[in-house]
Amino acid sequence: MASHNRRIGDQPWVRRSLIGLAMALTIILLVIPVVLIFVQALGTGWSTFAGNVLDEYTLDAIGLTLFVAALTVPLNLVFGTALAWSVTRFRFPGRKLLITLIDIPFAVSPVVAGLLYLLLYGRNGWLGGWLSTHDVQLMFAWPGIVMVTVFVTCPFVARELIPLMQQQGSEEEEAGVVLGASGWRIFRKITLPNIKWALIYGVVLTNARAVGEFGAVSVVSGNIRGETNTLPLHVELLYQDYNIAGAFASASLLAGIAILTLIAKAFVEWRQSQTEDAAPEEGGA
Amino acid sequence: MKQLFKGLALGAALLSAQPALAADRELLNTSYDIARELFAAYNEAFKKHWQEKTGETVEIKQSHAGSSKQAQAIIQGLKADVATFNQVTDIDILHQRGKLIPEDWASRLPNNSSPYYSTMAFLVREGNPKNIQNWDDLVREDVQLVMPNPKTSGNGRYTYLAALGYAQDQFGDNEDKVDQFMAELLGQVRVFDSGGRGATTTFVERGIGDVLLTFESEVLNIADRFENGEYVAVTPKVSFLAEFPVTWIDDYAEQNGTEALAKEYLEHLYTEESQRLLAGFNYRVHDAAVKAENADRFPDLKLLSIDDITGGWENAMSDHFSSGGKLDQLQRRR
Repeated sequence: MASHNRRIGDQPWVRRSLIGLAMALTIILLVIPVVLIFVQALGTGWSTFAGNVLDEYTLDAIGLTLFVAALTVPLNLVFGTALAWSVTRFRFPGRKLLITLIDIPFAVSPVVAGLLYLLLYGRNGWLGGWLSTHDVQLMFAWPGIVMVTVFVTCPFVARELIPLMQQQGSEEEEAGVVLGASGWRIFRKITLPNIKWALIYGVVLTNARAVGEFGAVSVVSGNIRGETNTLPLHVELLYQDYNIAGAFASASLLAGIAILTLIAKAFVEWRQSQTEDAAPEEGGA
Repeated sequence: MKQLFKGLALGAALLSAQPALAADRELLNTSYDIARELFAAYNEAFKKHWQEKTGETVEIKQSHAGSSKQAQAIIQGLKADVATFNQVTDIDILHQRGKLIPEDWASRLPNNSSPYYSTMAFLVREGNPKNIQNWDDLVREDVQLVMPNPKTSGNGRYTYLAALGYAQDQFGDNEDKVDQFMAELLGQVRVFDSGGRGATTTFVERGIGDVLLTFESEVLNIADRFENGEYVAVTPKVSFLAEFPVTWIDDYAEQNGTEALAKEYLEHLYTEESQRLLAGFNYRVHDAAVKAENADRFPDLKLLSIDDITGGWENAMSDHFSSGGKLDQLQRRR
């Protein structure tokens, strides 16, 4: 039956036009805008570009952005691993609910997330009054930025690990227990090598999002130049200020980070498929 | 604990070039989004002034965003010492919702606590081909307008109120004629952008429309930036008095111990030297000497305040800009 009743997608003209359409759309929607960022950033010459990047406030924004990512990534690495471990290795009531709850940051718009934190920790918020009387400044300072960034990026690591750990099962770890290894040793010698590439993939995604987050950070930042202004906020600020060259220079830094992320992601995916080729392909994030 | 974080910050943020010398005093100024260059220049002048006066060095931090967003942030705990906004209602809210400043804040500094002001004006294309001089030219069939949306932007509201002020001035108590004029004007608007920045982009970069309606300061900035006369600024005969109110934020200044510094920072805006600097950024000022120097850039016109036009901001918001208000009714007419 299959031999002379070919599926429609097998006809050469259909295949060719579909591929052509996909390529064209990718180029128009994705490639050209990214290239334009660099064209615009460098359009007024290298020296203006360097001047814009080395501007005191731009450097502060880069520093803050890296600082936030440097705190967010380890926090979510630990959190995501612990979460994935507990929902795949133990059976307990509320386990399914917990897996669903992990996705809240994906379902909630980042702006809403920022507002929620403000409602909770702002001066008129539930905890904010207490914090204010004890002179603890979370919102409109870097701790608030880290908090919302942790929130919006917290599913990435767990979401990468859960399907993989479910699929791998716990036989190897049980064998370790039978042989008398300690919990830490089991984690280090058995679990970690198994999930290594998925973990790195989760970290790459977390980092990309932490560096690029705009909406949630914008709500809790207070936009203080040189203090709470992250790189994405800085791009917006420069743009509002008619400093188009400066805005694109900063945007090109973000785009550069994004491209590095893509390269890292492609590499990790390739390594993952190398180590996993015995196992069937999983659904992905 | 704090040192640990500082260490972490240093380790992680190697690029962050923190100034090695800490200033004696610190001041945080929250401001509207397009005031960055203005306050960058003013802060330098003020630092010098404060050091001459007290011998102390000051570091002035700037926060810029839409002034409504800034007001919300201040209420929610952004501990700014001073607010320099472009809308009176956004400072009023600091008293109404936050109880951070007294009700009579506007009377604490001269000119309603507005050290500079602007009005709503027109930007037209090279040579003013459609001969736009005043508001009545805007309702001609062949004229297309670009303005920010009064529903979403303060800038757009000011433009709407300026037109309303002209119509009232022209037609007096004849409400039908006033409404007729307003409906015709809104009907000529080709693009309502969500904010002032967007409207400028539409007009300048996308080349849409014959007239851009926005702040005179913005109009003059654009006209100055294009040196070959690609754009011409036109100030109408009647327009709206757009105040740029400032206040120190009593609660936070007290907590931060910056009351005297904050007060001086704002009072210094009224000196002749500062007023000259403000005029350089295309704002109108009150100082007589500076006014005389800039008479040709800021033509005389009849300025109407919000009290003249609607009897205050509350009326303006409830009668005109609320859902189903006058603005909605007028737009439905067409």
